[in-house]
Amino acid sequence: MPTKPAGTLYRGREGMWSWVGHRITGVVIFFFLLVHVLDTSLVRVSPEAYTAVIGAYKNPLMALGETGLVAAIVFHAFNGLRIIAVDFWKKGAKYQRQMLWTVLILWAVVMVGFSIRHLSLALGGH
Amino acid sequence: MSATEIQSPRSKAPGVGSGRIAPQYRRSGTSKGNFEMLAWLFMRLSGVVLVVLIFGHLTVNLLVGEGIHAIDFGFVAGKWADPFWQIWDLAMLWLAMLHGTNGVRTIINDYAEKDATRMWLKVVLYAATTVIIILGTLVIFTFDPCPVVNGVQLPGGFCPAP
Repeated sequence: MPTKPAGTLYRGREGMWSWVGHRITGVVIFFFLLVHVLDTSLVRVSPEAYTAVIGAYKNPLMALGETGLVAAIVFHAFNGLRIIAVDFWKKGAKYQRQMLWTVLILWAVVMVGFSIRHLSLALGGH
Repeated sequence: MSATEIQSPRSKAPGVGSGRIAPQYRRSGTSKGNFEMLAWLFMRLSGVVLVVLIFGHLTVNLLVGEGIHAIDFGFVAGKWADPFWQIWDLAMLWLAMLHGTNGVRTIINDYAEKDATRMWLKVVLYAATTVIIILGTLVIFTFDPCPVVNGVQLPGGFCPAP
């Protein structure tokens, strides 16, 4: 009786996980974009409707959500530039792993800066 | 019994002559044309532009001055009084929606196995994309800082002094 060959599960390490991360962040950003165009469109309903709904973005829980969204955007942006380098730069494929770690380090630096600034503004009482 | 003769790919098949690539190895000239290549290229070109547009958008709206607390109807009115921000937001809307739609299209093609499921998911996707792009474009170009309903100015608007 034939048995499944062992050890064939593909584990692509950095290359595969960055691809997974790129897909997940891309889908998250896309659905937020749909909502964001709709909420901005309320400026055509009335000034008060827009200001009321945009006020929902200003509570502490949403501040964390916004930080998560920006984290997704910054990863997708930097990893996207890495993909372009892999595709168009002669040595891109060779250095894709080093470029991923560069992406992650830059992402962490930008997110520390953004989080401090945005959370202190959003949670800092007004 | 004659042995099966296996041709190596792209080698001169007996009787064909000239060493041209056999028709089954041609990648272009199908009914889809080079749409997929253009989509691939568009993702990279729009991606670079979107990094600039969205990082600028986030900086101006969330990091400068009072950050998110400054955002209200007046903030939007102030930005869209300037054609620079109208064009910025219009480019961001179109590029982000087309980039995102093509990304989701790829994901649907990858994971929806039934032909009918794949088709209907893409119909819904394209319908949503069309509605959002048209809505967003109209909002940017028909924005009115001083909305008036039945001769009455709506509260919160920015109207010229009488």
